[in-house]
Amino acid sequence: MTLATFLVQCLNALQYGLLLFLVASGLTLIFGIMGVINLAHGSFYMIGAYMAYALSPWAAAHLGGGFFTALGIGLVLSVAFGYVLEWMFISYLYEREHLQQVLMTYGLILVFEEVRSILAGDDVHGVAAPAWLAGSVPLGGLMTYPVYRLFMSAVCVAVAIGLFFVIARTRLGMAIRAGASNREMVQSLGIDIRFVYRVVFAAGVALAVLAGMIAAPVSSVYPGMGNQVLIICFVVVVIGGIGSIRGALVAALLVGIVDTFGKVFFPQAAGMLVYVLMAAILLWRPEGLFRHA
Amino acid sequence: MNRMHRAAIAVVAAALITGIAPAAHAQNKVKVGFMLPYTGTYAALGNAIENGFRLYVQEQGGKLGGREIEYFKVDDESEPSKAVDNMNKLIKRDNVDVVVGTVHSGVVMAMAKVAKDTNTLLVIPNAGARAVTGPMCAPNIFRASFSNWQPGYAMGKVAGEQGKKKVVTITWKYAAGDESVEGFKDGIKASGGEVVKELTLPFPQVEFQPLLTEIAAAKPDAVYAFFAGGGAVKFVKDYAAAGLSKTIPLYGPGFLTDGTLEAQGDSAQGLLTTLHYADGLDIPKDKTFRAAYQAAYKSAPDVYAVQGYDSAQLLGIGLSAVKGDVAKRSELVAAMEKAKIDSPRGTFTLSKSHEPVQDIYLRKVEGTQNKYVSVAVKGLADPSPGCKM
Repeated sequence: MTLATFLVQCLNALQYGLLLFLVASGLTLIFGIMGVINLAHGSFYMIGAYMAYALSPWAAAHLGGGFFTALGIGLVLSVAFGYVLEWMFISYLYEREHLQQVLMTYGLILVFEEVRSILAGDDVHGVAAPAWLAGSVPLGGLMTYPVYRLFMSAVCVAVAIGLFFVIARTRLGMAIRAGASNREMVQSLGIDIRFVYRVVFAAGVALAVLAGMIAAPVSSVYPGMGNQVLIICFVVVVIGGIGSIRGALVAALLVGIVDTFGKVFFPQAAGMLVYVLMAAILLWRPEGLFRHA
Repeated sequence: MNRMHRAAIAVVAAALITGIAPAAHAQNKVKVGFMLPYTGTYAALGNAIENGFRLYVQEQGGKLGGREIEYFKVDDESEPSKAVDNMNKLIKRDNVDVVVGTVHSGVVMAMAKVAKDTNTLLVIPNAGARAVTGPMCAPNIFRASFSNWQPGYAMGKVAGEQGKKKVVTITWKYAAGDESVEGFKDGIKASGGEVVKELTLPFPQVEFQPLLTEIAAAKPDAVYAFFAGGGAVKFVKDYAAAGLSKTIPLYGPGFLTDGTLEAQGDSAQGLLTTLHYADGLDIPKDKTFRAAYQAAYKSAPDVYAVQGYDSAQLLGIGLSAVKGDVAKRSELVAAMEKAKIDSPRGTFTLSKSHEPVQDIYLRKVEGTQNKYVSVAVKGLADPSPGCKM
């Protein structure tokens, strides 16, 4: 492998890792802070992708905007959707066992998939990237790199910074962190923990939807796309340490590197390597890399 | 005693409800069991196959071999682990005479096993797994579609003829992909080229970027890719976005561009693929079929609808030979083996292993159509290694 190829592969790894982080960050929030195993997280990703598919042409026709208008509308809708969902279903799950959470959220997957099938059909669809991001940049004569992929990475970095800031530096972040370690105490201090949880859940949903919308132009939109993402996200969350944003970022990048170079050097075992990585890290640190950050 | 009594009554009642009532029907109708995906990724394919099948039966006045057809349906969910149960539902519960299915290769393997064990007549309307007409072949198992090897072989032959000496292949690491690449290798060897590198990634992953970088570094004369559905859309788009489509031509079996062109958009234009069906075929049967399908279902037929239609034709030829008497199995099978099927894809016959011997077409993507270019290989038969029958 030449140096140029190696550098491009590193870029591939980084870019894939960042996208994984964007999806997994919502999962780690919901799983780590609220203690809810949310299998429907992949469905939110799928909903995001379908929103990008459905809203982009609509926004272009009625509001004169394009992809980014759709993105804005999608985010607003997803926050509202997450808020309602928490109120209707998830709020009953906090005190329940994990098995019941799994059953409930698995049921939600089935419902979302069926609704998707009814509303959008079972065909594969493409979503156009905004024109000014549609180009490619040459990479050392080897190949070209789509500008949109670089843009995706930039969005992921921005979200990572935003999340760190909110969790570590704001009052809301403080309440969230406190709620994660002791729900009753926070409540007795006069913080409406139910509201905080609702916000966290809505934010988690919005992050997954954002990831789906951002990824739609490169991944295209197809049935079952959420389930593929779900498993790898759980791997990221477990490696990173449940509830840790920083852990999710490090783990996502690790998974990106292992997956990318695994495909190149060990194609026979490429499907397994990520799980070997997870097993090795859990042996070394059973709590994951960063527990409670 | 009382409890025994009640149990006996219950058993009799159950027999009356489940067994005897349908048995009365069985005297005059042939029972066809569809085991197809009606949910999930392949749902559209399952529906197209059923529509095609029903269309042919309707054209025959709702009868095959002089007998009316009664349909039973099971959703196989493209789930291999449920395949045995689903087969048993059709065979044991519904007592079907013939099973038609399915799309997914993994599911079809399990179906073939059950069909072999229970000696149930099975007509496969899509899944191209080679083993089914290879080591697992049986007198009661027929395929009306293709084998994964066939389009691959044809594309390999075309690639070699176009002067591509060094080719890289890329596919998901699973049976269908391996078989398709195997066909390509056989084909290109026959026309003077070779495969220099075989890239794979786990099914159904779609993160192609690392492998595209490998392709760019290897600088082959051409690339052969086997992907389908969402994976095919993403691969073709990523290939174009990486700038590779300008320098290294991309070839594939028809699945790379079938039913996916709307989503692939500009990135697929001009791609060459091979399949046993194409848009713009100059075959009268195809024109009448397309018009009839359009009229019946208000949508354009695809290759899956054709395969469903041909499955019904194949079964119809067998049933006509025995005048609808499914008990005369050996005569029915003999007639199906000799069948000459007047398909929208062009007339085809069956090989010794019950696999279509058919023309494979070279097609070129134009707009949202896979336009017919030429016949890549005429009357191509899968050698079906391992079939002893």
